[in-house]
Amino acid sequence: MDENTTGKETVITLRETNDIVNARQYARKLAVELGFNILDQTKIVTAISELARNTVIWGKGGKATFEIIIKKGNKAGLRATFTDRGPGIPDVEKALEDGYTSGGGLGLGLGGAKRLMDEFEIESEIGKGTTVTVAKYK
Amino acid sequence: MERIPILKMGDYLLVSIQIDMHDKLAMDLKNDLAEKISKTSAKGVLIDISALEVVDSFIGRMLGSMSEISKVLGAETVIVGMQPAVAITLVELGLSLKGIHTALNVEKGIKLLDELVKLQ
Repeated sequence: MDENTTGKETVITLRETNDIVNARQYARKLAVELGFNILDQTKIVTAISELARNTVIWGKGGKATFEIIIKKGNKAGLRATFTDRGPGIPDVEKALEDGYTSGGGLGLGLGGAKRLMDEFEIESEIGKGTTVTVAKYK
Repeated sequence: MERIPILKMGDYLLVSIQIDMHDKLAMDLKNDLAEKISKTSAKGVLIDISALEVVDSFIGRMLGSMSEISKVLGAETVIVGMQPAVAITLVELGLSLKGIHTALNVEKGIKLLDELVKLQ
């Protein structure tokens, strides 16, 4: 990929639902630092909140890794990677559809986060866990 | 223990959410509100979310269920003060807050509550 990371990574542990607030607050701080406007800040923080909740609830805990990235053309962006070692998602395509839920939620998490961010990648393996990577550029 | 205060103002209850709520705080608020409505026989609930910088699907769902519970207990609910960026994000997220009454600010919210309560 034509991008550079700044090398600085911040890891937020996502073990219980209270940790979701930490991920939200860190995402906000980073988005403000990068100079995103208020609407993009809100979209980023909301997407991070959805993904962090997925990691805690469906992934049985994991972590979020935040980094600042520079894309070709000197576009700065924020990237967040959510990793868990949970049960994995059997049908990723289906999980991205609105209304899909493995129970309890509204099922807006994955599809919603994808819409709010510029880049979205998901890898999931049954019994091994799930990794979701999202990014938004200025 | 951390709690969001619920103020009584005549027949109405007033809730102003001033902090970034973690899940338990939101759930406590739901329970506290239900209890307070039944204790005070309030006819309306006004929830001010002007200080909320994020409403994700969990908080959105919580606002929806608070509104439904209040209705079952005989009180109308109006949510006021949603920031424009939050409104845009919510719609893009796919959450439409169907069945929830909203108003731009507290003043308009109270007016709407007056009308809703009159229709009861």
